[in-house]
Amino acid sequence: MSLVTQTLALAVPYVLAAMAGVVSERSGVVNIALEGLLLGGAFGATVGAIAGGPVVGVLAGAFAGIALSSLHGVVSLKLRADHVVVGLGINLLASGLTRFGLVALYDSASNSARIPGQAGVVDPMLVVAMLSVIAVHFGLARTRFGLQIRAVGESPEAASSAGISVNRVRGMALVVTGALAGLGGAALALDNRQFSAEMSAGRGYIALAAVIVGRWRAVPTLLACLAFALADAIQIELQASIQGYKQFVQMLPYALTLALVCGLVGRSRSPAALGRHG
Amino acid sequence: MNRERIVRATIGPATGIAAAMLVGNILAWAVGASPRRVWALLFAGTWGSSYGIGQVLFKATPLALAGLSVSVALRAGLFNVGAEAQLVAGALGTTLAGIALPPGTPAPIAILVCTIAGMVAGGLCGAAPGYLKARFGAHEVIGTIMMNFIVLAFVQWLVLPGRLGQPESQSTASVIESARIPRLSVVFPSLAGSSASFAVMAVLLAGLGVHALFARTRLGYELRVVGLSAGAAAAGGIDRGRTIVAAMAISGAIAGLAGLGTVLGFRGYFEVGFSSGVGFMGIAVAMLGRASPWGVVLSAILFGTLSQGALSIHAVVPKELVDVLQAVVVLAVVGASSDLIVRRPS
Repeated sequence: MSLVTQTLALAVPYVLAAMAGVVSERSGVVNIALEGLLLGGAFGATVGAIAGGPVVGVLAGAFAGIALSSLHGVVSLKLRADHVVVGLGINLLASGLTRFGLVALYDSASNSARIPGQAGVVDPMLVVAMLSVIAVHFGLARTRFGLQIRAVGESPEAASSAGISVNRVRGMALVVTGALAGLGGAALALDNRQFSAEMSAGRGYIALAAVIVGRWRAVPTLLACLAFALADAIQIELQASIQGYKQFVQMLPYALTLALVCGLVGRSRSPAALGRHG
Repeated sequence: MNRERIVRATIGPATGIAAAMLVGNILAWAVGASPRRVWALLFAGTWGSSYGIGQVLFKATPLALAGLSVSVALRAGLFNVGAEAQLVAGALGTTLAGIALPPGTPAPIAILVCTIAGMVAGGLCGAAPGYLKARFGAHEVIGTIMMNFIVLAFVQWLVLPGRLGQPESQSTASVIESARIPRLSVVFPSLAGSSASFAVMAVLLAGLGVHALFARTRLGYELRVVGLSAGAAAAGGIDRGRTIVAAMAISGAIAGLAGLGTVLGFRGYFEVGFSSGVGFMGIAVAMLGRASPWGVVLSAILFGTLSQGALSIHAVVPKELVDVLQAVVVLAVVGASSDLIVRRPS
């Protein structure tokens, strides 16, 4: 596989999870649960695809993401708990539930049964991922819902006095977040043709890093995802020659994010009300 | 007032345990097991025998230290999501000191040196994101998450065969014999066979230390003021940046102790991946313990019980059930006691 196709393939889960992150964080909800949403989506998609084919799988993945993200919404919005802890809780829950499900359904601690069929030459999920960027970009910039998301993310007080229900908008944003990240997980599972325990393997955190590097905007976030996926692809291609130093390639996204939040390479400003309750 | 405090302190844990029981029952029932039998096995495998009790102590030790670490930062209004990296760095520091010491070093000195090395390594890993926050305004949640991955990757690189790793493995050489912490079974023979060691003393000492820090010292007072209100801290002449770095360094140093039980008390060497998420679980432990030292110890014992109990329930339900229960406890506790963390606009 060429470096370009390899990069695009690796970018799909990053892009979908990162777009999920953009929607959530622009509405003011810190989202470190992307990792768990990917994992839940991957498991849902595997169960669905084995039972009813790829389309059912993709829908089941999105549904699993929505379910986990809605729980995030109930605890962080309705019960007003800290977003970071809730995110961690969701990640732990997704990890536990999927491993429980693996043993219960497939009698294995590591892998599910195989998803029948072959991965196509052009991954339809790549198209879905690109569409998600367009949808998030224009959705946030041009639609009424997008305007509401930005309003509650920047100034919940002002939005509230303009008659917008902060929690309702954030809750809906979290449903969209769950669907997008769940699709990302579905892409991961369908590409691997099975579910493996902890198969999200930190991708949700890389997506979060991409959101920060992309300054919470859809198109720059896409570029960050592509850059991180390129780093992965290079690492895979050069496996032999960089043997023993791949850990440093793996550090790149995180080091870059760290440098950016410190303002060393330009300043990344988060939505003003990020993490604050409405 | 007093009654309100008691209600506040118990509503979180009570909700957490109730929610975990409910979800546990549902999942047990879903796989066709009798919930009552699951709980009975869970209890029998932990508090039902002295071996089980020893194992609960062994598992609760790192959890309690990670929980104490998180709670110190929390009291200063900081969220340390980086206990995992600090713990791993600390364990590696402890191990390297234990390998480097001359073989004849007397045990008390060897153990002390190894312990301090772990605290320094963990403390540096905590101080770094603290410094980035104080100096550049980088949010500590992002800083510690990114540090986790950077440190874990770096440690993985360090412990490759040919560097610190033994051939064909991801573990280091063993520490000198006198640096090893004796098992509890040396004094309590009934605990024979369990991995629990006198590393549990670290929890006691760290708990007392944290208590004294906040109750007795000026630094502890400054940490609390910064945690309560940045404005008040500035008006009171407290150097906020310095306090943030100190809070994160102390938090990291305590996390750096969390590997003691495994490295000096059990295995005698460092192995990549040994902590398996204890640092993250420390956040859950701190939440459940409401960031008070003794609450943290109690909740670590609960989480340790679940984690040890997993092994005994496996005959009737997948042992992964307990991971679900731990997550449920976290979500229920933060949902029921959301007053614990009040985020200030930075």
